[in-house]
Amino acid sequence: MSNQQQVEKVIVNIDGIDVPVPKGTNIIEAAALVNTEIPHYCYHPKLTVPGNCRMCLIEMGMAMKDRATGQPILESDGTPKIGWIPRPAIACATQAAPGMYIKTKSELVKNCQKGVMEFLLINHPLDCPICDQAGECRLQEFSIEYGRGYSRFVENKIVKPKRTLIGPRVMLDDERCILCSRCIRFCQEVVHDDVLGFIDRGSYSTLTTYPGKQLDNNYSLNTVDICPVGALTSTDFRFKMRVWFLKKTNSICTESSVGVNTEVWSREGIIYRITPRRNDDVNDTWMSDSGRELYKLIESENRLRKARSHGVAISLDEAHIRCAEILPTGKTVYIGSSHMSVEEQFLFKDLIVQHPGEVYWVSHVDEGDNLLISSDRTPNLRGALITGLIKDVPVDNLDNLAKLIENGEVQNIIVYHEDLTRYGISESQLKKLNVIYLGTHVNPTSEVARIAIPTLMVFEKSGTFVNQQFRLQKFVQAVPGPIGIMPDINTLNRIISLLKKENDTFSSIKLIWRQMQSSIPQLRDLSFETIPDGGILLNAEDYGAFDFPEGKTLHFEAKTKSQV
Amino acid sequence: MNVTVKIFYMNLSDQSLEKIENLIPRFPLKQSAVLPLLHIFQEEKGFISKNDIEWIANKLDMQPINVYGLVTFYPMLRESPSGKRQIKVCRTLSCALKGSYKLCQKLQEELNCPLDGTSHDGNYSIEFVECLASCGTAPIVQVDQKLYENVSLEKATDFANAIRKETETGKEGNFNWNL
Amino acid sequence: MAATETRMILKYVDQSEYDNSIDCYIRHGGYEVLKKAVQRKPEELAQEVTDSQVRGRGGAGFPAGMKWSFLDRKSGKPIYLICNADESEPGTFKDRQIIYKDPHQLIEGMMISAYATRTKLAFIYIRGEMYDGARILEKAIEEARSKGFVGDNICGSDYGCDIIIYRGAGAYICGEETGLIESLEGKRPYPRIKPPYFPAVLGLYQCPTIVNNVETFCHIKIIAEIGGKEFLKIGTPNNTGTRIWCVSGDVQKPGYYEFPCAAITLGELIYEVCGGLFPGRTLKAVIPGGSSAKVLRADERYKGKLKDGSEFDWSINDIPLDFDSVAACGSMSGSGAVIVMDDTRDMVEVLGNINEFYAHESCGQCTPCREGSLWMKKITTRMSYGDARPEDADLLLDIAKQIEGRTICAFGEACAWPTMSFVSKFKDEFVTKAQNKSTQNSLI
Repeated sequence: MSNQQQVEKVIVNIDGIDVPVPKGTNIIEAAALVNTEIPHYCYHPKLTVPGNCRMCLIEMGMAMKDRATGQPILESDGTPKIGWIPRPAIACATQAAPGMYIKTKSELVKNCQKGVMEFLLINHPLDCPICDQAGECRLQEFSIEYGRGYSRFVENKIVKPKRTLIGPRVMLDDERCILCSRCIRFCQEVVHDDVLGFIDRGSYSTLTTYPGKQLDNNYSLNTVDICPVGALTSTDFRFKMRVWFLKKTNSICTESSVGVNTEVWSREGIIYRITPRRNDDVNDTWMSDSGRELYKLIESENRLRKARSHGVAISLDEAHIRCAEILPTGKTVYIGSSHMSVEEQFLFKDLIVQHPGEVYWVSHVDEGDNLLISSDRTPNLRGALITGLIKDVPVDNLDNLAKLIENGEVQNIIVYHEDLTRYGISESQLKKLNVIYLGTHVNPTSEVARIAIPTLMVFEKSGTFVNQQFRLQKFVQAVPGPIGIMPDINTLNRIISLLKKENDTFSSIKLIWRQMQSSIPQLRDLSFETIPDGGILLNAEDYGAFDFPEGKTLHFEAKTKSQV
Repeated sequence: MNVTVKIFYMNLSDQSLEKIENLIPRFPLKQSAVLPLLHIFQEEKGFISKNDIEWIANKLDMQPINVYGLVTFYPMLRESPSGKRQIKVCRTLSCALKGSYKLCQKLQEELNCPLDGTSHDGNYSIEFVECLASCGTAPIVQVDQKLYENVSLEKATDFANAIRKETETGKEGNFNWNL
Repeated sequence: MAATETRMILKYVDQSEYDNSIDCYIRHGGYEVLKKAVQRKPEELAQEVTDSQVRGRGGAGFPAGMKWSFLDRKSGKPIYLICNADESEPGTFKDRQIIYKDPHQLIEGMMISAYATRTKLAFIYIRGEMYDGARILEKAIEEARSKGFVGDNICGSDYGCDIIIYRGAGAYICGEETGLIESLEGKRPYPRIKPPYFPAVLGLYQCPTIVNNVETFCHIKIIAEIGGKEFLKIGTPNNTGTRIWCVSGDVQKPGYYEFPCAAITLGELIYEVCGGLFPGRTLKAVIPGGSSAKVLRADERYKGKLKDGSEFDWSINDIPLDFDSVAACGSMSGSGAVIVMDDTRDMVEVLGNINEFYAHESCGQCTPCREGSLWMKKITTRMSYGDARPEDADLLLDIAKQIEGRTICAFGEACAWPTMSFVSKFKDEFVTKAQNKSTQNSLI
């Protein structure tokens, strides 16, 4: 979709460089466009501007104009004469206007920055060695870049409550708090759960919750993300790992079809935490707490680690061979999943071609929270539509299939990731058939499956999902999967080769994309490498009449039938 | 049939509750009534408990943390009970120049009451407060709602005795002090 | 220059037969100005105020007419008027006299201003410690309402406006206009950033609002009576009208005195009107405008140029008491509170007392004021108890310079200026304090 309105641009001069910016941009964003950092604490691009940390003070001036004629006044060398305002202004509250001149590195600005840094540090406890924020702490970073470098404070520091549990997932240390009020504004404006506030006044101001109330909403960990210092920390990540040892990988949250962009932090194959990645079209800079916890499923007890046949462990090779033997023996029904990536769904379709059968699909619908969890709790329903696996939005039961099973019209079911017993098919019915289960965790279906093949979770593989906006977003492997598990696309490819009675051909994301480019018109001009980090919108015209379950969430409005 | 709903709250008298009901509609926005409500509680009970905070928050569609933030911000509002008589001695420059620090100490000795605390018999509490805006007649002492001017150090003992007598006889504000 | 008072606002205040009832006020010609004012056009009245060049009496000295002209009338939002009766500036006690002894003057001034600015609703924000003051004002408003001077159809006209009394609860920061507005809205009184939250555009409930001091409203009533051009004749250009000076400290007759601007010098005020210092003492320092103003050293010579171009060379006794002259001497006349200190006073202890006030009253919203005011207080307290170091003087100066101009509201300047002026003018005392290891303190 193209930007219909032309945003008016003005020219602002920052440190001698003319920068065209949209009118009304605040100066911190404008300076970022020319790679100039204006240090700040309380400002956040997605929250209201408070202006209370005073770290972003800059020197501002306007090009002078002759009052009578309106003509610009010039210096002797022809450059415009600038009326510098003696009192520094805060960059976060100043909006770009034509004829504005900004200095971010003058003596006055440096003095202001040194002064504010000094003030922030005089009551700050010496907690760096035990503080989780070390390595990503803005106090540390800005005091090196803009601070005075030594302390002149010889008085006693203020004592406030330390390591208080203000919620099940958030730990508060009031002495470290710099009273920027980002967490309070977040809770008020984004989550509408006004539970944090300041008490007392002056230097004794303290952040707290009302006694008896907790910060326990499903977005509480975002306050930990936005806290510029170590005042709010995650209880889950507490004391686990220093952030400079961790590697960041881009990924997508699989909690719902919102497709929240995430960053997975891992070291040597172990994931330590997940944080949101900024995407102004999908999730801003936020993420739900329940989505963050999904990484714990990697190590959960019911993780399927070995291929099984009737509960007995077998080798992966054997599992593939037996699959290829079973499928042609009778009528096969294919049940895919909206948890599969686009590439896996494409290969699944290829598998069906080898031995055609009916395709069934189930929905995972639950109430959305109007913020970042939509009613569709799967990440890639639309991928299945685009690859042509399914023709319509799925329903929440498999009654039709149950009837077919009763009538003996089905012999084999190959199911990916779903637990069929939750959709109206009983275990006894399943026991009558040859069930081939591919999935990450053990469930009642996998227990009665003839063959169970382990697959990888989203953190252990690369691929793409299509979210509710029909935005194609990619995720990259962060950690290796458990030993002995083959990536899903390779497993599927193996089974396909065996069915075709060909030699095992190698498969990779790149190769699959080449195939998808030629067969799916939507993806014709794309390749896995060229998908931008923020995702790319696909053409959704063909699906306008579909009855998707999603309601309103951040950056998404469901279209009613009448709007189509 | 007219049914009048009588608002009941065990911590407040009916009179105060009626005052509250008449007060809230006067403001264009309900939340503005929070400070007057806090004053009504403070003046009737002498302090504002957590239950009161929650009641006020509920009444004005506010979150309790925001009302609690106000109670802790303003020095005049108290969270816990104090003595029967609140004695506030001004400590700011003009009164300090006239000896208000020594006056405060003297009153503490005379009334047997620690600073920012309550006397043992529960009768008095003494606070050192900021400028009470009557600097021309310094030193200034405010006892409950009455302002007493020119309370110099020499008169401290007489003053303390006058307050003590007043408290014990239960006759409020009857001594003519202002010169 | 005659050293006798010219009482315009405090005309009846201390007369024995005058009380604060409406009948007494009307007997002395009260509310006549209001009756005439509602017959005129509101723009005319506003123009009179602008012509009179009257400046706000709360401390900032901003021309009231110019403040009214910034009101945003285009947005269609209701306009609010607030009287700032939260008198908390140390040394100031003039508004108390008006509120307690002649409240109807304030009410009449407010109603005239409300009519001139087409206000929908007016508030008087009075400090919480003035219990009697609030009761007196409530009674006065009810009396005025019964006679048709407050409420609907004022003096029989189409215009109506009510006044609500709102009591504060002991915070100095509520005297700052945006802090007052936040307090009125029922929130913690954190001042707002300007731009964009100028009260005349985005004030109370994000509607255009005017905040003026008690004394300013009384002047507006006089302006409505005699006209802006007549008012210009009182005082000097750009310093019009009378001012109530509140004198306290080491003088024999402290109190409140009303004089036209520049009609009296500081020396005349201290020595002739207030009876001079105590026997055997000499003048050491004077704070001319409430504790937020910079201190004036008694033995200094004040030289410079005034706004009209004329040069001046004054001793402290020669400084005329108005807005511009005091500002030209490097201080400000602020709220008109003159605090006099003689040679028995230790400047470090005096500054310690002032710093403790500001550290206690800081709201804590922005970093420089919140941390800096407490730091300065800790240093001066330490110095007052015998633990001073020679480098503390320069450190104090540096801290104060890091606060001034970097904060959201003028509290930053208010807490920085005392330190800056005391330390730079009495540097020797601060440096030699390090040699005095006694823990005895003359003030405390």
